[in-house]
Amino acid sequence: MDSPAIVTEDIARRFGDYWAVDGVDLTIAAGEIYGFLGPNGAGKSTLVRMLCTLLRPTRGRGFVAGHDVARHPELVRLQIGVALQDAALDDRQTGRELLDLQARLYGLRRDERLARVAQVLTLVDIGTAIDRQIHTYSGGMKRRLDLAAALIHDPQILFLDEPTTGLDPESRAAVWTEVRALQRQRGTTIFLTTQYLEEADELADRVGIISSGHLVAEGTPDALKRTVGTDVIVATVTELPSTALDAVRALAGVEDVVCRHDELMVHADDGAAAMSPVALALHGSGATVKSLTLRTPTLDDVFLQLTGSHLQGDAAALSSAGSSTGTPSTGGSP
Amino acid sequence: MTDVLTVRSPVAVQARPAGFLVDLISVAQRAVRQIPREPASVVPALIVPIFFYVLNIGALSKVTGAAAHIDFKSFELPVAVVFAVTGVSRASSLVTDIQNGYFDRLTITPVRRLPLLLGLMMADLALVMALAVPVLLVGLGLGVHFRTGVPGMVLFVVLSGIWGLVFTGLPYAIALKTGNPGAVNASFVLFFPITFLSTTFVPKSALEGWLRTVATYNPMTYILFGLRALVSEPWSVATATAVGDAVLAVGAFGLVSISLALLALRGRVRRP
Repeated sequence: MDSPAIVTEDIARRFGDYWAVDGVDLTIAAGEIYGFLGPNGAGKSTLVRMLCTLLRPTRGRGFVAGHDVARHPELVRLQIGVALQDAALDDRQTGRELLDLQARLYGLRRDERLARVAQVLTLVDIGTAIDRQIHTYSGGMKRRLDLAAALIHDPQILFLDEPTTGLDPESRAAVWTEVRALQRQRGTTIFLTTQYLEEADELADRVGIISSGHLVAEGTPDALKRTVGTDVIVATVTELPSTALDAVRALAGVEDVVCRHDELMVHADDGAAAMSPVALALHGSGATVKSLTLRTPTLDDVFLQLTGSHLQGDAAALSSAGSSTGTPSTGGSP
Repeated sequence: MTDVLTVRSPVAVQARPAGFLVDLISVAQRAVRQIPREPASVVPALIVPIFFYVLNIGALSKVTGAAAHIDFKSFELPVAVVFAVTGVSRASSLVTDIQNGYFDRLTITPVRRLPLLLGLMMADLALVMALAVPVLLVGLGLGVHFRTGVPGMVLFVVLSGIWGLVFTGLPYAIALKTGNPGAVNASFVLFFPITFLSTTFVPKSALEGWLRTVATYNPMTYILFGLRALVSEPWSVATATAVGDAVLAVGAFGLVSISLALLALRGRVRRP
């Protein structure tokens, strides 16, 4: 079996009195797509910057491709490709010039550079714009060029820090296709941070959930979702008497009830069977229900259960990707 | 976007350190490519010195020239060239790189750290020498005669260019230390005392009081003296001495400015 591509041991980073990352242990296999999921400010980018040698860990150790990121950053750099959160490009170069410069700095000979530039261009499909200055590119094109620059030296390990943030759905889907192709065809290990649930769900072999610098859960998306039960009934309420929660909890088949703002999340083994009893219990206890929805669990439910809060900025992503499946909905109170 | 992707590599590539020279040339070439794409940062550096050269000759030639018994066109040509080459650098671009993350992208590659600065300075040297030439040609067109001939002219341009190069150490130090475009722009303020508290408009013998004292310790005094010697004096021991003093002044200034820039580079690339 191959050695792990990435290992961290109690890795931590402090800024002043604030621990952005606080004791994270990871082991990521070679060829794996690892999704690192968390809201803004959770510590995702800080961990990436430590692993790609831009930041020194305050505590703990990190190994990438078998090399210690603190002791041998120069060896780590030869093995990794990095696309940071904001596309880091020089607007006054053409796309081709930027890729060629990147390839030169990785020591590629002229014939290798020409071949690799041609190859990554088939991957990211920038077309004739590759010979235009980058300041003329759209946001999506810049992202794709950034990815191409990260791939120019055919790295073993690719770090993608929120690669689809700010992209339209079409560009996002294109990046997903590229990521999958890299893993399947090249065996590239991909460490992907994201705040989009469906991105982690769709792409990642395993997902790590980070909150306030701590790794709070890790596993395959399906395994993580199983931890919160089979089905989730979401009741949107305008009034919720204190007795309503107890009434719902007392129902047969209900595993857990989480209340947050105007939402009541009822976790049940058989959601369809529990819908009517839940509706009746809420109605009977005086709650005013605006809508009642049945769906399968999402990673957001996992996050909510673990941290007590939703991931930020996921609503639009959820609606665009339609990741909530099996969603018969009843409007209004029963 | 293509639906079927082909990422299998027909050419097996292995990332490796490119070597100092390749790093240096690569960074310098990128910087040189940027220059014509940002004409707004270059054109004023050419027009302003020529404008003031012509203006000063017209306004002060009779007064200062007659009083000091000098050929004011020849006397002022080094000032115009120094105006053209001083403060022109890629420091603002470097700050942009720092701010938009491109500098980080470069530092994640195996590139050696020193070429990240020296490559920019190489481009600056090429640019300031290119800027010195048209100013020199204007001077020749206005009737300036180089008594040291073509070799003197070449040395004049080279010495001016190296002065322009070592001055860039200051804006680069500020750029690397602060990553702040405002601070880099403000570094141009350093240009004024260095340039004007010197023998810019009159010979040192005509300076009095505190200004004479300041000018004595200002390297610009010796640089202008050496450049003027190349214009107005024939080759001699005195000319060589004046040029030698100018080289020493440039070297002393460069020792400080380049050291500051290198220290700032070290601080910038040292992982926090």
